[in-house]
Amino acid sequence: MPARLKLFLPLILFGVLALFLMRGLSLDPKELPSALIDKPFPAFTLPALGSDETLDRQAVTGEVALFNVWATWCVSCRVEHPYLTELAQQGVAIYGINYKDEDAAALRWLQQLGDPYIANIADREGTLGLDLGVYGAPETYLVDAEGVVRYRHVGVVDERVWTTVLQPIYVQLQGGERG
Amino acid sequence: MMRQALLVSLLLAAVLAAAPSRAVIETYEFTEPELEERYQELSAELRCPKCQNQNIADSNAPISQDLRKLLHQQLEQGASDEEIRQYMVDRYGEFVRYRPRFSGATALLWLAPIILLILGVVIAMVTLRDRRQPGATEGAASASELTDAEQQRLRELMKKADSE
Repeated sequence: MPARLKLFLPLILFGVLALFLMRGLSLDPKELPSALIDKPFPAFTLPALGSDETLDRQAVTGEVALFNVWATWCVSCRVEHPYLTELAQQGVAIYGINYKDEDAAALRWLQQLGDPYIANIADREGTLGLDLGVYGAPETYLVDAEGVVRYRHVGVVDERVWTTVLQPIYVQLQGGERG
Repeated sequence: MMRQALLVSLLLAAVLAAAPSRAVIETYEFTEPELEERYQELSAELRCPKCQNQNIADSNAPISQDLRKLLHQQLEQGASDEEIRQYMVDRYGEFVRYRPRFSGATALLWLAPIILLILGVVIAMVTLRDRRQPGATEGAASASELTDAEQQRLRELMKKADSE
């Protein structure tokens, strides 16, 4: 019997390998979990875009909010901008992190395309981006009322992403806030 | 003449094509040569978060440029290798390390070569022993363990051969 089993060894090995490879097909290697999940939003002190105010961690936390990393040089940001505007109209709190951008260009963008943001953090050198672990715009962080990062989405936020991924967490976090 | 012109233009094209690839990676000045060595080592060991399989030394992604700048700054400020690695991991996760630290999740990764080596040695030993044993034991058994009946028959056969 063992001798006959040995004959099946290559087949078994093939089966195991095939299973692993099948699994590999459905994995997205670009999906990189943020190192900041369930950690507090990093402390910062940066100017607000288009005003003399400075913003810090305290000023932008306190409610469940989205933090959207964007820039005028980022093509996909232009794609997601209309949807962010729509979300803002629905009452979703969105802060902007204007990442490694020029203030003038960013202000012109907001003027032309509309401003869905409660406030914009002008992260000209990308220091806050670095502390957040941003590796390319657009990225959107979901931060709870205690200022803890709960989710990070890399790429464009559109209706599909919002309804299937972000909204469930958003609603859950808001529920927790009330209860 | 025609040929020469073609050759020259080809050479020129090659030189022009090579030029940008040399210009992509900026250089940093270090106050001590030892720092530069560590810079080379760390930038080869840290992975570009944006790219799938490039270290920050090789990558021209904006994030890699930023990280190289940061690496330079931190080295000049006297941070240790471990502090710098930890700084990166805190922000970008274990993903940025091409040499992941030993933990529950990476134990299999680190131990796999040793396990496979031991497995290979065991398989080789078993296979070799199996191959040697049948011949050796059979030979010994047939030489020493003839039954009385067999001995008898052997003698008869030999006698028969002699007489013929």
